[in-house]
Amino acid sequence: MTQNPNSAPTGRPNPVRRIAGAKVITVTSGKGGVGKTTTTANLGIALARLDKKVVLIDTDIGLRNLDVVMGLENRIVYDLVDVVEGRCKLRQAMIKHKQFPELYLIPAAQTRDKTAVSPADMVQICNALRPEFDFILIDSPAGIERGFRNAIAPADEVLIVTNPEVSAVRDADRIIGLIEAENKGPGRLILNRVKMDMVRRGEMLSAADVTDILAITIIGIVPEDENVIPASNNGIPVTLNESSRAGVAFRNIARRLNGENVPLMPLENSGNILQRIARIFSGG
Amino acid sequence: MAGFFDRMLGRSKDSGSANKAKDRLQFVLVHDRVNIPPERLQMMKDEIVAVISKYVSVTSDEVEIALAQHDRKQNRLIAEVPFASLIDTLDPDEDVPYPITSTLFIELQPETSAEELPQLNEPLSSEETRPTRSQAKSGEDSVLETNNGLT
Repeated sequence: MTQNPNSAPTGRPNPVRRIAGAKVITVTSGKGGVGKTTTTANLGIALARLDKKVVLIDTDIGLRNLDVVMGLENRIVYDLVDVVEGRCKLRQAMIKHKQFPELYLIPAAQTRDKTAVSPADMVQICNALRPEFDFILIDSPAGIERGFRNAIAPADEVLIVTNPEVSAVRDADRIIGLIEAENKGPGRLILNRVKMDMVRRGEMLSAADVTDILAITIIGIVPEDENVIPASNNGIPVTLNESSRAGVAFRNIARRLNGENVPLMPLENSGNILQRIARIFSGG
Repeated sequence: MAGFFDRMLGRSKDSGSANKAKDRLQFVLVHDRVNIPPERLQMMKDEIVAVISKYVSVTSDEVEIALAQHDRKQNRLIAEVPFASLIDTLDPDEDVPYPITSTLFIELQPETSAEELPQLNEPLSSEETRPTRSQAKSGEDSVLETNNGLT
């Protein structure tokens, strides 16, 4: 067998043979609680609003949450593990979204563990879905173990979600290294939960600081937004709230994923009149 | 004036904790990426100093060994080793020998796999032809840089 220098090293099966159709995008982070599931749900909705055919896959087996964030928890009959173990057809595990008929969710199993699915299973499932969709978004579990490996195995692109905090940035760096080692790199960064007033005071890492530290391209900056929690309380992702700043940020990321050139939005609140005058004088 | 407005804006970039976070992260990530914890680097430093001390006089405290990265894939170990040597014949009128302070620069980079070589070779091609693991910073003639002001 001749080895193309750009292909995966021998010993590991070349995981993705790109088939025409959907682009597979994995959302991961290393650290838990930074907003992977919220991001996946919102990007799914935002892409569906752009008239794209989208399927979301929750790979957090044993700790599923994408279903509740999407408001689809009452409609689950079969899950990802049922598909892998042949108890149902792939179609039967796909839950159609109430509002967007071209948006589907494949939920994780809640009573099993990550070893119930293998990276090869994920590649096979995604390849079966590719011809019918534009985007397949995979919500990765936290960590760097089997669940993470399952989630990135079929990926054409990886989005790394992080927060402007030392622990989240450090874990993001570790994840970026692992993604590159799997030839899935370099990935693009989503900086979530940015508090612009703290950045301005020099008490929070800025997007420029984080991209500088991680040496990675950024695809979106999502401001901290009090609308996010009520949105997940209601099972209606914040992207559907037209006045939400986080919602705008997620819609912009979706447009960038769709190939549009959308500039990063300015996160500065205009502030009060004194602050605005002060900024003019200090050149800020 | 700007200071006043900065205070009004609540800006204190230099004293803010964000800068500290950035510095700490940059330090810890360089060590994470190459998997050399700081204590291990210290052990390496001690051994390097021990070897160099066989040939020239080195003060351990003045030796700086740091990991540096241009990007995620180009790791360098940069050692700056100031050493003192005594030369007693340069000026016949002087009884006291001139102390000459010199600095030895050592740069190491990890062995690279075949696919990474094209990128890594680029900045090094003028200095380096053999794929050795260690090299002097800028060619053999400047392995020792004398800063004694005598020349």
